[in-house]
Amino acid sequence: MCLQARPLTKCWSIKMKHTISVIVENKPGVLHRVSALFSRRGFNIESLAVGTTADPDISRMTIVASGDDQTLEQIIKQLYKLIDVLKVFDLPELESIERELAMVKVKADQKTQTELTQIADTCGAKIVNVAADSVIIEISAEQDKVENLQRLLEKFDIIELVRTGKIALQRGSAE
Amino acid sequence: MQITGAQALIESLKKEGVDLVFGYPGGTVLPIYDVLFKEKDLKHILTRHEQGATHAADGYARSTGKVGVCIATSGPGATNTITGIATAYMDSIPMVVITGQVATNLIGRDSFQEADVIGITQPITKHNYLVKDAADIPRVIKEAFHIARTGRPGPIVVDIAKDAQNNKISFKYPDKVNLPGYNPTLKGHSRQLKAAAKMISLAKKPLIYAGGGIITSGAAKELKEFAIKHNIPVTTTLMGLGAFPEDHKLALQMLGMHGAAYANYAVQECDLLVAIGARFDDRVTGHLPSFAPKAKHIHIDIDPAEIGKNVRIDVPIVGDVKLTLIDLMDKSKVEPGKHEAWLKQIDEWKNKYPLSYKKDKTIKPQYVVEMIREVTKGEAIICTEVGQHQMWAAQYYRFTKPRTWVSSGGLGTMGYGFPAAIGAQFGNPKAIVFDIAGDGSIQMNIQEMATAVNHKLPIKIAVLNNCFLGMVRQWQELLYDKRYSSTNLCNNPDLVKIAKAYGAEAMRITRPEDVKKALKDSLKIKDRPVLMDFTVAKEENVFPFVPPGQAINEMLVD
Repeated sequence: MCLQARPLTKCWSIKMKHTISVIVENKPGVLHRVSALFSRRGFNIESLAVGTTADPDISRMTIVASGDDQTLEQIIKQLYKLIDVLKVFDLPELESIERELAMVKVKADQKTQTELTQIADTCGAKIVNVAADSVIIEISAEQDKVENLQRLLEKFDIIELVRTGKIALQRGSAE
Repeated sequence: MQITGAQALIESLKKEGVDLVFGYPGGTVLPIYDVLFKEKDLKHILTRHEQGATHAADGYARSTGKVGVCIATSGPGATNTITGIATAYMDSIPMVVITGQVATNLIGRDSFQEADVIGITQPITKHNYLVKDAADIPRVIKEAFHIARTGRPGPIVVDIAKDAQNNKISFKYPDKVNLPGYNPTLKGHSRQLKAAAKMISLAKKPLIYAGGGIITSGAAKELKEFAIKHNIPVTTTLMGLGAFPEDHKLALQMLGMHGAAYANYAVQECDLLVAIGARFDDRVTGHLPSFAPKAKHIHIDIDPAEIGKNVRIDVPIVGDVKLTLIDLMDKSKVEPGKHEAWLKQIDEWKNKYPLSYKKDKTIKPQYVVEMIREVTKGEAIICTEVGQHQMWAAQYYRFTKPRTWVSSGGLGTMGYGFPAAIGAQFGNPKAIVFDIAGDGSIQMNIQEMATAVNHKLPIKIAVLNNCFLGMVRQWQELLYDKRYSSTNLCNNPDLVKIAKAYGAEAMRITRPEDVKKALKDSLKIKDRPVLMDFTVAKEENVFPFVPPGQAINEMLVD
């Protein structure tokens, strides 16, 4: 049926993670409008990071959402319908610089601290706080590296972990 | 000169050309009502429920093309407008709903009659505003009207804190709006227009599927020109009734779940479907993968998000429907096709499967609709509630003019028609306005009879009374083995007495031979509403009927 079907049956399309940049006017309620749109239309948000741009009246949201190409197209079109949304673009993975910041509080004593320092060094992370029984390790890197660090730290007993969600910029001067 | 926020609001409304608002007062809109008390150029109509006010503003908007405006207080007043806002949103109706909000120092404290109206209405408005500063009122009203009436129209909520209504500002109405994130595309892309023109010229069995966008855009004349020029038959959606004259030989009436059989057959057989201002709703398409299986698709719509939402489109054109049709006629310089074999095939279907019903000794609801058409010569504004009567009205009135059909299509709101008729009558004082209703629906906003009587509105209410929630009963009969769960309304009150108690004229009609006379008599009454309670065949069904999830040519016809 799929082959002859004209309507948008989803059986051949592949679910993919997309990183979407949404440039919005920095008005009250705009975050709610954007996030409510995703849930109302049945799109899944995996992460959402938001902050102002060089212009304090304009904010940039970086949203990671999963869906096939048709879902992505609908997300972008529906976002454009919001009055406060100025620009939306799907960031192509290979042409973008992507980062996520994470901080991990791990149980540590004098014995394990050296090992933790080594892990942090090899992962491009750093120890930003040392307490009697724990350390906080910070990493800013691509998501798979963040996740890799998390895996390595699991055996040390993670007390708390916080991640910002992905932010990304396209390389070069492209708009 | 310094004026209050409430005064600034009324001045702003007048600058937008508003001369009529519907509403219901309350604590947080007292400053606005105090201004209205002395106001001469802006008339306020007190409804008896905020839902009535919202539907009245909607009916006014649909029948005139202007923006409908209503006012409600905070909390329950505002939440009572929700159904009306959602109704307008689903059918893309321009409306500005002004709600009061508790004073800014009380917001967020669960204050008396506080509700998060912006949060609640966010998914059912085109945009909404919370105004906490009186100085913002002129700009917000300017923007609200601009957004409501341009692009794909829709309702806008403006929630104004009570202190913002009281605070003084120096009033200056802005000349233009500054909305960098809002730029509807009006002109279709010329490459797409060329591709569409070529596709149309090559088609052997083309079909136009026209929706409410034709009405919104004021493109009925252009649609007719276009269809006639290219010899393309036209089927309309429920929202598109009146977009194309149904007495024209190219007219195929409505398509979809209760569409004419010949319209649905034409969709399934056509090789080119030109969708204009329509959105491939599930009530139109039935089982999506089997919809128009042989056709290429052209889709013209002002809302880019509609294109490709449900159906894959071969040639999308984003733009205003009217401008696009004009451009398309300019672009198609080729000799228009005659499509003789195709039109002959359609005529055969029309002869073989006409819209019809069996007459007997009872009053058939379809007959009442036919008689309404006869006595009004097809010139009336027909409002409806939602259910079987709505479908019979859609099938048998044979609409010929835009903005004469006022019905809740997308949301399917029972209780819509009567208050909408009030709005339509205010917007068209000389027109004959009918509300075709069911005995279930009419009781959902019957309180508005007081509004209609109070303003001497000569609205004709034709209740097709079958003592059932007829459409639900029909589904129970056909899909649930006649288990009539909660659909029997045999303990209905006496609607004639109710209408009379409000001061309206009312009559009960029980015999087919009295139908026409009653309708004619109702037209003579010019100073009050008339309720006609037609005792109709109890278990009459709406046919054709495409059961949900079926292809639209798999109809039950009897």
